[in-house]
Amino acid sequence: MTQELLRISNLDIALPAGADRDLAVQGLDLTLSPGETVCVVGESGSGKSLTARAVMGLLPAPHVRVSGGSIDFLGEDLTKVTDARLREIRGSEISMVFQEPMTALNPVMSIGKQIDEVFRFHGTMSSKERYENSLKLLTDVNLPDPAQIMNAYPHELSGGQRQRAMIAMALALSPKIVIADEPTTALDVTTQAQILKLIKDMQGVYNTGVLFITHDFGVVADIADRVVVMQYGKVVETGSVDKVLNNPEHPYTQALIAAVPSLQPRTARQASDKVVLDVRGLKKNFGGGKSFFGLGKPTRSVAAVRGVDLQLHRGETLGIVGESGSGKSTLARCIIRLMDNNGGDILLEGVDLAKLGRAAMREWRPKIQMVFQDPFASLNPRIKVGEIISKGPILQGVAAEEAETRTRELLSIVGLDERAFDRYPHEFSGGQRQRIGIARSLALKPEVLIADEPVSALDVSIQAQVLELLEEIRESMNLSMIFITHDLRVAAQVCDRLAVMRYGDIVETGLTADVFANPTHEYTKALLDAVPGKGWKQAADAA
Amino acid sequence: MLDFWRLYAKSPSAVFGLVVLIIVIILAAVASLIFPEDPFRLAGTPMSGPGENGFLLGSDTLGRDVAAGILHGAKTSLMIGLIATLAAVFIGIFMGALAGYYGGLIDDMLMRVTEIFQTIPSFVFAILLVAIMKPSIESIVIAITVVSWPGVARLVRGEFLSLKNREFVQACHTLGMGDFQIMMREILPNCLSPIIVIGSLMVATAILIESGLAFLGLGDPNIMSWGFQIGAGRTMLRSAWWVCTFPGLAILATVLAINLVGEGLNDALNPRLRDRN
Amino acid sequence: MNRTTKSLRYVLKRLAQGVPIIIAIIVLNFFLLHMAEGDAVDVLAGEAGSATPEYMAELRAKFGLDQPLPVQLAVYLKNVAVFDLGYSFRHDMPVSQLVLDRFWPTALLMVSTIILAIGFGILLGLIAATRLNTWKDSVISVFALITYATPLFWVGLMMIVVFSIHLRWFPTSGMENIAAFHEGWDRVVDIAHHLVLPTITLSLFYLALYTRLMRASMLEQYGQDYVVTARAKGLTDRRITYVHVLRNALLPVVTMAGVQVGALIGGSVIVESVFAWPGLGMLAFESLFARDLNLLLGIFLLSSILVVVVNLIVDVIYSLLDPRIEVS
Repeated sequence: MTQELLRISNLDIALPAGADRDLAVQGLDLTLSPGETVCVVGESGSGKSLTARAVMGLLPAPHVRVSGGSIDFLGEDLTKVTDARLREIRGSEISMVFQEPMTALNPVMSIGKQIDEVFRFHGTMSSKERYENSLKLLTDVNLPDPAQIMNAYPHELSGGQRQRAMIAMALALSPKIVIADEPTTALDVTTQAQILKLIKDMQGVYNTGVLFITHDFGVVADIADRVVVMQYGKVVETGSVDKVLNNPEHPYTQALIAAVPSLQPRTARQASDKVVLDVRGLKKNFGGGKSFFGLGKPTRSVAAVRGVDLQLHRGETLGIVGESGSGKSTLARCIIRLMDNNGGDILLEGVDLAKLGRAAMREWRPKIQMVFQDPFASLNPRIKVGEIISKGPILQGVAAEEAETRTRELLSIVGLDERAFDRYPHEFSGGQRQRIGIARSLALKPEVLIADEPVSALDVSIQAQVLELLEEIRESMNLSMIFITHDLRVAAQVCDRLAVMRYGDIVETGLTADVFANPTHEYTKALLDAVPGKGWKQAADAA
Repeated sequence: MLDFWRLYAKSPSAVFGLVVLIIVIILAAVASLIFPEDPFRLAGTPMSGPGENGFLLGSDTLGRDVAAGILHGAKTSLMIGLIATLAAVFIGIFMGALAGYYGGLIDDMLMRVTEIFQTIPSFVFAILLVAIMKPSIESIVIAITVVSWPGVARLVRGEFLSLKNREFVQACHTLGMGDFQIMMREILPNCLSPIIVIGSLMVATAILIESGLAFLGLGDPNIMSWGFQIGAGRTMLRSAWWVCTFPGLAILATVLAINLVGEGLNDALNPRLRDRN
Repeated sequence: MNRTTKSLRYVLKRLAQGVPIIIAIIVLNFFLLHMAEGDAVDVLAGEAGSATPEYMAELRAKFGLDQPLPVQLAVYLKNVAVFDLGYSFRHDMPVSQLVLDRFWPTALLMVSTIILAIGFGILLGLIAATRLNTWKDSVISVFALITYATPLFWVGLMMIVVFSIHLRWFPTSGMENIAAFHEGWDRVVDIAHHLVLPTITLSLFYLALYTRLMRASMLEQYGQDYVVTARAKGLTDRRITYVHVLRNALLPVVTMAGVQVGALIGGSVIVESVFAWPGLGMLAFESLFARDLNLLLGIFLLSSILVVVVNLIVDVIYSLLDPRIEVS
C-alpha cells in the first residue's frame, strides 16, 4: 500500500449557537490513498458536505469551524497551517468540484480566464504556456471546440459542459486529491454517467485520490473503492464498497440500502380494457411572439411537446420518463389544463378537455388532480394545512363541515396526525408536506392522478415511504395514475407501463418489464445503461 | 407577532428609529395642544434667537415661532407622507398584480406606462403637476402619488410573476379556484413583506418630496410645513441661522427614523437576509 | 453571430425602445398643457398675460386650437419635432433657445456629480464591505444613513453657512464671477471653484445611495458559490475581491445609476435654486415664480429626453459588463 494522502482523525466541526445541534460533524475518521475513491454517503444534514469543506479550509467562517481533531495531508495538519500555506495547497494539491456548476463559476468571466487563474496563482508559467495548457485540459475533458469554449461564458454552456469545465479547472495542476461534492446531482442521468466516467478516467491518468460526496448509493456502487456512511454528523459505518453495499452492518446503512429502489420492474397488474384518459396528438409550443418593432430576430418558437398520443387505462400506473427538457412536465401540465395546448385532444371519459373554457373546465377539475414535485413550493406558506386540503371540496360546493370531516379523514389516510389540521406548512418536514400535497389532491376524489416527480426532492428513505403511500392509495381508491419521473429506478417500482420521452416525442412505450428487458429505441437503451449502480442492483436483486 | 417583535428588536438601530418615529408622531399629535394658535401668526419679536423672548427655537423675520412651525409641520409631513404612500401602494398593487398575473398584452401595456413614469424625472414632474393644479394639500398628495406608484407596481409585478408559477398556485388552478381569489387569497399575502418594506421607505421619500416642493414655494399656503419654513428662512441665512437649521434637523430626524424602521422591517420580514451581517 | 454585432444590435434595439417613450412623454406634455386652467394659448403665452392680443390670435391659429383635440395633438407633435416649444415672454426668447442655453451648466453639474457620487460611492461601499464590522464600516454606514435622510436644499444652505459665510472658502452662488471677466484657464478655474459646493451638495444623497448599494451588493456576492470556487482554486482574498466579486457587485450599482438619473435632475432643480446655478433647474425655479408654465413644460420635456439618452448609455455600459445580456 502506498502512503496515505489524507488522514482525518477525530474531526469535530462546531455549528454556531442556536443550530439544531452543537457539532455538525463529530469524531470523524477517514483516510484516502492515491488512486483511491472514497465515497462519503449520507442524507441531507448528515455533515458530509461540511467534511469536504473542512479539508479545503473552506468552512463558512467564523460561524462554522473545526473544533477538534486533525486533517493530516502528507504530514501537514491542515487545521493548523497558515492561510498562505492553505492557499498554496488549494487548487494545486487539493482541488474541488462542486454540485451546481452554474453558480460555482463566475458568471461574468470567461471559462478560459477562470482556468487560467489556477495556473497564474500557482507557479510561473508564461501566458502562452498557460493558454496552451488550458486548451489541452478542455480537450482532455472531451469538450467540443475547446478554443471557442475558452472564450465562452458559463451561461453559454450546457450543465454537463460546465461541469466538464469545472473538472478541467480542478485537474489543472494534477492535484493529489480531488474533492467532488455531489458533482452529478444537478445533471441528467446520461450526463451523470459521462461525468462519472470522466472522473474515473482522469483518476486513472493522474493517480488522484478522490473524495466523493454523494447521497446516491447507485453512484457509490459505480465509483467507490471504499465507503464512509454518515448520519447526524457521525460515521456509522465504513468499509470496502463491496462490504458496505452487499453486507451492511449498521441498521442505518441497511435501511438506506433497502430504500434504494430496485431495478427489478414490478409485474404489471391485470390491465383493464377501459381507457380513462385518451390523449391524441397533443402539441405545445413555447415562445414565437413577435419582437419589439421588428428589430432583432423574432423569438424562436420551441416545440416542447410534438404530437403525443397516450392512453391511460383504468387502475393502471403509466410512467412517463425522460430527462430535463424532454417535455414530460409540460405534457402533464397540458393534460391537466394548467397550460393551453396548441393542438390535439385530451379525452377524459369521452369529453375533450382541451376544448373546454375555464368555466366549463371547472366541473371537470375534480376528476383529474395533480401531486407536485417541490414539497416546499407546492403548499402556500400562509395558509393552514386544514384549509389547504379542504379548499378544493369547498370550491366545488361541498358544505364546510363535510369538507372538514373529509379533510381529517384524509390526514389519517396519508399518515398524518389529525392535529396537523390547524398547523402551517412550515411546521412539517419535506416528506410530511408531500403527504399534505397528496391529501389535497385526493380531497376531490379524482379518477386520474398525475404525479409530477413527487419524490425527487426527498431523501431516499422518505422516497420509499411516499411511494408506498401512493401505491396504497392508488389501490384502495382505484385511481388511474400518470407518474412522471426522471428516475428509472423509481419508475421500475411503481409503473405498470412506461412511456419514454425525448425532445417532446414519445420514443417508446410498453409494459415496464418489457421496456427494461428489451428496450427497442437507442435512447431507452442509453437511459437504462446510464442508471447509476445498475450492475450492483441487478446482482443484488438476483441474489 | 411576538416572534416578529423579537426579530425586529435584534437590531438596535431599528429600535432607535422606532423610538424617534414615535416621538415625532407624539409631537405631531400634541402640536395643537402645545401651540393652539395658528403657526403663521406673529408670536412676538422677529428674529429672536433660540431661547430669547420666550422662543424655544427662535423666531423668523415675521416673528413666527419656529418651534410651533416644527410641531405643526410634523403633522403635515406625516399626513402627506402617509396618505400619498397609501394611495401609491394601492395603485401599485393594482397595476402590478394585473400585469404580473395575466402577463402578455396586459403586462406589456401596463409596463410601458410604468416605464414612461419611471423615465420622467419624478421631482420635476411633481413640480409641474403641483404648478398646474395650483399648490394645495390635495395637489401635493396627488403629485407625490403619481410619481411614487411605479416603484410599487414593478415590485408587485415581479412578485406576482414569480409566485404565479409556484406549484401552490398551480394547485389552486387544478382545484378550480378563480383568478380573483388566487390573486387576493393566495398570492398577495405572500408578497406583503416586501410591500410593507417598500411602503415604509416610500413614506420617507414622500416627506422629502413634500419638503422640497414647499421649499420651492409649492406648498399649501395655508398649512405650515418644514420645507416652507426653510424656504422662508433662506434669505436670512447670514443673520438668523436657526430659522433654517431646526426644521432641517426635524426632516433629517424623521426621515432617518423612518428609514431605520424600514430597514428593521426588512431584516425582520426577510429571513433570507437576516443572518448576513 | 459574434459579440460585436450582438452588442450593436442591442444598442439599436434599446435606441428603438427609447423613441416611443419620448413620443409618449411629448403626448403627456400635450395633455398637461390642456390640464392647465384656461385656454392653452394663455399658458403658451405665459400666464401673466404679457402677450399681445395679436400674438395670442397668431398662436391660436398656429396650434390649431379651434380644431378637434387629435388635430391639435398632431400639430403639437409636429411643432415639437422641429423643436418649436413656443415663446417665453418673461425672457423674451423662444423656449427651445432658452432651455438649450441653460442645458450646459446643468450638464456640467450633473456630470461632475455623477463622477463624484458613483466614484466615491463604489469606493466607500468597497471599503465598508471588505472591512465589515470594523470602525471604518461603522463610520461609513452611519455617514451613508444620515446623508441618505437629509434634504438636499438644507444641506446646500448649511454648506453656504459653513463654507461660504463663515470660512469664506467658496462663493455662495452663481457659476462664475462675471464681473472679473476671466478668460481661458482662469475662467475654467473660476467655474470649477463655483462648482464645488453645488456638486458636493447634489452628490451627497447619491453618494450615500451608491455606498449602501455597493456595500450590500458586495456582501451578497461574497455569499455566492463562485467565491467558494475561487477560494478553492487558492486565489488570494485580494484577487477574489477585486477581480471576481467587484465586477459582479458593480452590476446593480450601474443599473441603479441609470434609474437615478431622473431623480438627479429633480435634485438639480433644488440645488441650482439654492446656489443660483444658471442651469435648467434654476430656470425651472424662475419659471415657477413667473408662472411661465410653457417654459416649465419645455424644461420637463428636455430633461425627460436627457433621461432616455443617459439610460441608453447606462444600458450599453451594462451590456459590456455583463455577458449574459442577450439581444433577444
